[in-house]
Amino acid sequence: MSPHPSPDAAPVTLEQVSVAIGGRPILRDVDLTVGTGEMVTLLGPNGSGKSTLVRAVTGLLPHTRGVVRLFGTPIEDFGDWSRLGFVPQRSTATGGVPATVREVVASGRVGRRRLLRPTSAADRRAVESALEVVGLTDRSSYGVSQLSGGQQQRVLIARALAGEPDLLVLDEPTAGVDLPNQQALADALGRLKRRGATILLVAHEIGPMMPLVDRSVVMRDGRVAYDGPPLTQEVASHTHHDHDAGPDHGPGSHDHAPHVSSPFDWDRGTP
Amino acid sequence: MTFLDLFSLGFMQRALIAALLTGLAAPAIGTFLVQRRLALLGDGIGHVAVTGVALGLLTGTSPTWTAVLVAVLGAVLMELIRERGHTNGDVALALLFYGGLAGGVLITGIAGEGAATLQAYLFGSLNAITAADVWFTAALTAVVLVVAVGLSPQLFAVASDQDFARVAGLRVRAWNLLIAVLAAVSITVAMRTVGLLLVSALMVVPVATSQQLARSFRVTLLGAMAVGCLASVGGLLLSAWLSFSVSVAPGPTIVLLALAMFTATWPIGVWLRRRSRLLAPFPEVAVTPHRSTDRHPHEHGDDCGHPAVPHGDHVDYVHDGHRHAPHGEHYDEH
Repeated sequence: MSPHPSPDAAPVTLEQVSVAIGGRPILRDVDLTVGTGEMVTLLGPNGSGKSTLVRAVTGLLPHTRGVVRLFGTPIEDFGDWSRLGFVPQRSTATGGVPATVREVVASGRVGRRRLLRPTSAADRRAVESALEVVGLTDRSSYGVSQLSGGQQQRVLIARALAGEPDLLVLDEPTAGVDLPNQQALADALGRLKRRGATILLVAHEIGPMMPLVDRSVVMRDGRVAYDGPPLTQEVASHTHHDHDAGPDHGPGSHDHAPHVSSPFDWDRGTP
Repeated sequence: MTFLDLFSLGFMQRALIAALLTGLAAPAIGTFLVQRRLALLGDGIGHVAVTGVALGLLTGTSPTWTAVLVAVLGAVLMELIRERGHTNGDVALALLFYGGLAGGVLITGIAGEGAATLQAYLFGSLNAITAADVWFTAALTAVVLVVAVGLSPQLFAVASDQDFARVAGLRVRAWNLLIAVLAAVSITVAMRTVGLLLVSALMVVPVATSQQLARSFRVTLLGAMAVGCLASVGGLLLSAWLSFSVSVAPGPTIVLLALAMFTATWPIGVWLRRRSRLLAPFPEVAVTPHRSTDRHPHEHGDDCGHPAVPHGDHVDYVHDGHRHAPHGEHYDEH
């Protein structure tokens, strides 16, 4: 816990991390390291805690025990958020007001922009380059809602890339995306990997990304069940899971934190 | 007295300035509320502000100031409830709406004022605007515009994806509170012109109108401000002109004019969206078997009336469920 972490500190380190939602422990004693330039996939059935882990790594959920470090700094003291690019699960690409692909991608610069300053040349270059990586340069003036699901997912990746991050965290970018778009996504991630980016990816379908993956981590019921050479989701389910969860709410899936509905429901950690 | 003579009257000049400023400020902040799918938040704050007005009447202080104060408090409270509450945030908001309105009417009664006094605030009363009110409105409008336009990159990021914005290092709660407070401020700005019960219309209807024609956020924002100005100044003039023959209040006229503009642009928006769907390029798929048309008496061309949709290196002419690509003397079915 040195005040000046070495420059080559691993982008993500979790030591004995536990995370609770609404008082219920979800992740227990998770150890995980993602080294510089590595691409790690998080696999596991619904309800196994993959997304919770991602939310703990990105600081969206507080952890109750253990240490989460980003680039060697404990996450509580971490301030260099522009080094982290986050691609949340889709569904939030379109708001109530139309926005073009370029506008959404440009909003990824927000962590690097100063208040009340016009767009700089560096901002524009980063946006152009991000659009190019995901192959949407010719669609940049389209409304986001005009695009297909797979293309919207690529817009969200470009938005994260526009911030020029060293670490990219993606939560289920392949969910509901057809094969050609998965290929386009894999191409984009491959380009990033060659540039030396570190990638942490939650996925149900690895598909065309398989050759890029350095390591797989399989989650099961809030614990790490496997950490080693790449596995596909199919193998991961069969070797490490006896009651595989198919679709949502299948027999193997469960809700970690049942919601108790009341208009004044204050019982939630940091939102 | 003629219609033009009205412009020489002090109260009319003050009303016009107030209407113009309101028309600029309300849609500017409204765009971010609509983006966050909180179109009715403005309505809620308006209801809560009624209590603020009533408190002003009860204590004998300026109802505008007490309204600003209570509206800001209400907006912050709603934002916190929305942020903390899970699924029933809208129920909590509804509780606040009704509490605000009922409290306002009750306190007005205690203050010994009648419904007529309150009505000036509920539906606007332009001839009661003083010079001080105009300055107050101008100052608040300036603040709203600097924030809504100057900080639009940050506000856009927060309004379109909170999780992303938080991971990008923005203090999302502070930005959300800023939007809520600005909404409260612009509602009290609009209180004198359109009134608290109709103010939300001026935040939402211009945005709905503008997004019929716009495809980008920026154009929607600027367009909504233009529509807002046009509606509020136009509505004021219209009501002044009509009031020579019938008694017409400016607030409802402004709102109905904005709605008329929405009604006029809506079919255009439907047509534009349909056209952009029709003309979206067909995906290029590696060699698929295709056949030629049998006989095709019609000759496709630039103005043959059939949509020409880009498809790879050529265009397909779309008609009757066919996609015809010119190929030498005949057409291929694509």
